[in-house]
Amino acid sequence: MAEFLQFLLSGITVGAIYALVGLGFSIIYNASHVINFAQGEFVMLGGMGTVFLMAAGLPLIVAMPLAICVVVAVGLILEKLAVEPARDATVVTLIIITIGASIFIRGAVEVTLGKDFHRLPGFSGDEPILIGGAALQRQSLWIIGALIVVVAGLKWFFDHTRLGKAVLATSHNRIAAQLVGIEVRTILLVSFGLSAGLGALAGILTAPITLTKYDIGIMLGLKGFAAAILGGLGSGFGAVAGGIVLGVIEAMAAGYVSSAYKDAVAFVIILGVLFFMPSGLFGAKGAERV
Amino acid sequence: MMRLSRRHVLAILAAGTALVFAPEAQAQKPIKIGSFLSITGPASFLGDPEAKTLRLYVDKINKEGGILGRQLELVIYDSAGDAKQATTFARRLIEEDEVDIIIGGSTTGETMAVVPIVMEEEIPFISLAGANVIVEPVKKWVFKMPHSDRMAVEKAYEDMKKRNLTNVAIIGGSGGYDQSCRKEAHAVAPKWGIKIVADETYAPTDTDMSPQLTKIKNTPGVQAIFGCGFGAPTSITARNWSQLGMTNISFYFNHGVASQQFIDGAGGGAEGIRLPVPALLVAEQLPPGDPQREVSLNYIKAYREAYNQPVSGFGGHAYDGLHIALEAIKRAGGTDKAKVRDEIEKTTRFIGTDGIYNMSPEDHMGLSLDSFKMVEVRNNTWKLIE
Amino acid sequence: MGDRAQKSLFDLSVARKVQGTAKHSPHAPLSATEAAPGGDGAVRTVGAWLFSARTGGVLLLAAIVAILPLFLPNKFYFDVAIKTALHAIVCVGLNLLIGYAGQISLGHAGFFALGGYASAILTARFGWPGLVAMLAGAVGVGVLAFLVARPILRLKGHYLAMATLGLGIIISIIINREIPLTGGPDGMSVPALWVGPWRLTGPITWYWISGVTLVLAVWLALNLVESPMGRALRALHGSEVAAETTGIDVTRYKVLVFVVSAVFASIAGSLFAHAERFMTPVEAGFLRSIEFVTMVVLGGMASIFGSVVGAAILTALPQVLAVFHDFKHLALGAILIAVMIFMPKGLVPTLAALWRRRVG
Repeated sequence: MAEFLQFLLSGITVGAIYALVGLGFSIIYNASHVINFAQGEFVMLGGMGTVFLMAAGLPLIVAMPLAICVVVAVGLILEKLAVEPARDATVVTLIIITIGASIFIRGAVEVTLGKDFHRLPGFSGDEPILIGGAALQRQSLWIIGALIVVVAGLKWFFDHTRLGKAVLATSHNRIAAQLVGIEVRTILLVSFGLSAGLGALAGILTAPITLTKYDIGIMLGLKGFAAAILGGLGSGFGAVAGGIVLGVIEAMAAGYVSSAYKDAVAFVIILGVLFFMPSGLFGAKGAERV
Repeated sequence: MMRLSRRHVLAILAAGTALVFAPEAQAQKPIKIGSFLSITGPASFLGDPEAKTLRLYVDKINKEGGILGRQLELVIYDSAGDAKQATTFARRLIEEDEVDIIIGGSTTGETMAVVPIVMEEEIPFISLAGANVIVEPVKKWVFKMPHSDRMAVEKAYEDMKKRNLTNVAIIGGSGGYDQSCRKEAHAVAPKWGIKIVADETYAPTDTDMSPQLTKIKNTPGVQAIFGCGFGAPTSITARNWSQLGMTNISFYFNHGVASQQFIDGAGGGAEGIRLPVPALLVAEQLPPGDPQREVSLNYIKAYREAYNQPVSGFGGHAYDGLHIALEAIKRAGGTDKAKVRDEIEKTTRFIGTDGIYNMSPEDHMGLSLDSFKMVEVRNNTWKLIE
Repeated sequence: MGDRAQKSLFDLSVARKVQGTAKHSPHAPLSATEAAPGGDGAVRTVGAWLFSARTGGVLLLAAIVAILPLFLPNKFYFDVAIKTALHAIVCVGLNLLIGYAGQISLGHAGFFALGGYASAILTARFGWPGLVAMLAGAVGVGVLAFLVARPILRLKGHYLAMATLGLGIIISIIINREIPLTGGPDGMSVPALWVGPWRLTGPITWYWISGVTLVLAVWLALNLVESPMGRALRALHGSEVAAETTGIDVTRYKVLVFVVSAVFASIAGSLFAHAERFMTPVEAGFLRSIEFVTMVVLGGMASIFGSVVGAAILTALPQVLAVFHDFKHLALGAILIAVMIFMPKGLVPTLAALWRRRVG
């Protein structure tokens, strides 16, 4: 039982990380239908930025918002300089642009901050909490807490603010949105800024557990994408559910099946889900537009 | 062969290679040393310090007047841990840069992919990668520097045996570096009377190893854990090990974690972990008479001065490879490839950072087990325990 | 060009995009591919035949392959040329899928590696003759692709991307873990390829093998594109629903293209294994799959020759950028972004359109 509980707690911890990254994918997808392959880089930038700001002597409480601001700026610049000029291109072309951006950002960090891996201290210490013989990292609670706050915040943003509603409207029908006076360019800019900030937050919160390094974004991006797809693209709740499910599957597969094949097990299950539910667990099952 | 067309170099590619052809005004041609290393990518923890070490010492030797009155010229390419790029760069070094010797190959995969090329082109090649397969069976033109993974495992097993720990669980990553160590850990276990009772794997990108460690914890009779790996996952594993309250089970690692980053990354969780390290890492703690003390201290000092970074054990491989190559070139009196190869094979009592090398036609590595030192992590630093 | 075929990729999303931007390019003829009108007059037919992509283009490519060695100063350049040709074979197949059938795959490196490892394992561990092993690999990969094609190709857009990505990752994990068979992450040595009494080694021999195979692959791909089914699908502007209402079995066509592209990748992988005489699981990796897609998009979707150009550029670029040392990744990223911004349809279609405008 303690064993099962340990697998579950580990799975939820890792799953919450995937979920937080997956949410960033969903936001940009909603606004532009682009999968932003540089999302993982936002996560990396958040973690690495905080590490270096703290190394420069700033306390966490200052370094964290500062790093988030920097990453938001990067997100806005990326949208302005790389995505916006190619707005009329096909989605695949835009995806290649985000791939180029991720290579560029990784390259920039590699040159300026180096290739070593770093760790942030846990926000409230590194002593684990023992629950029924299983250990839970304190930092996990921060991540799960942040996840809840972010999901609630996003829901409020999309349901109750003009800007949020505008994003949703654009996502549903771009021409209609334009006709009622929504500036689609602003929407894209907002969505990139938002998901960059969210990615940075994820990177900072998870750095005490995952450690951080210039190339950690590749893996986190991949898993975050998988989480967003498994849950159903464009659905915030789906991304969270997809992340947690993915994390728990991995932990259970490592524990009960084979740790060598746990990732393969996870992907087989994702494929299986997609075969039966082609829009993911909670994705919109809307009719296809011709 | 294609002399006529030599001039018609494709414009794009020429732009890339033009810079490498620094025309040498001196009468004496420089000695050209070629290298391909995993400076970026997952194995950059190996390739990055190796490249820095090569640059540092080539500069230093040139300032001191070079070798045989000739300057050294270093050409380094970043193969990023990718065998496909490594083979192209090896061809480039041989054909385009016309180097006299190749020192490089941070990973076993890159090294082995290049072996057919160096054998065919007959150029001496000193690999900096770990697996035994590189020099077993002996390949005429291929040598290798660092201790093999087998030696790291045997050193750890030797220590376990002393402490009567015989039931061992393995935990390691799924990458090449880790798997090579794991293979040896299984292979030599019987020789040391060790029983492998569990074997768990994590992906190099995993962020929590608690499930794997929990399985080990619940395996009856486990007395020690042996970890195979490098980089961030090893720090995470160490931290999870202490968080899960498993410190009553002794934890050993291979030398892949021999850098301060490992200890820092574990955030205090690495206390008590033991591992074999090259003498380099504990140079200050070596007794004054130890032959490796001086060479290691000098290397540490030079590296710190140049890069303002602590040394890792891996840059030392490049130090040894470069100096063994240069000694051989000196003895050969020039850069004739066959002569240099013969002289590398005759290397005896060369004191490097990784140990004392004694090569022979049967042994293209030349290190013995005692070149490893056993250390324990205490107060966030390495403590020599012998 | 390629606009219509692209529209079906990421169906929903692109449909919305087009609505929003409403920026249709006028129907420029599909480079040379469509430039062959029905025959009025024998002379014109012969001319059209010669200058159509299927014949003229293939002849041009064959001529380039034949002449290029005169300009390659040493084995290093041959090495780059071989890798270019092998990547191009994968990309030509992949472009059939992406550019013409409108389906994305982020898992083609998996097929490439399966072909390579089939050759490696069957020849090294079981002593099979090289060509038989290569054929067995291609058949095996073809069957695998056929089996997964139907369920996978039911998915749309990013879900399809995820599924193919997952497939590639599963293949990569298996190759990494089955160490006794594959040698694991350290890779495995592959024997030289024997054909009858000839032992095929050395960059120059392999240049000819991969060059000729590339020409064959391009010829096959163009034939498939020009087949009645391919033509019909393109004529319907890539709309599946429209195609289906006219009685075209879209699924069958998509499955066929998926299998063909997988087999192309497998054969390229087998050739790669023998040319390098070494295989590592890096070849199966997710980043390799992304690289292949990038080559296709950079060269130009729905442009077979674009794929060859894209493969050549992305294969040679790391060699050129090597002089930038630490800054090479920065440069690569910047180049990718710039090309896609200024030539969103890819190099070859954009340049071809420019050329046509100038010529008139």
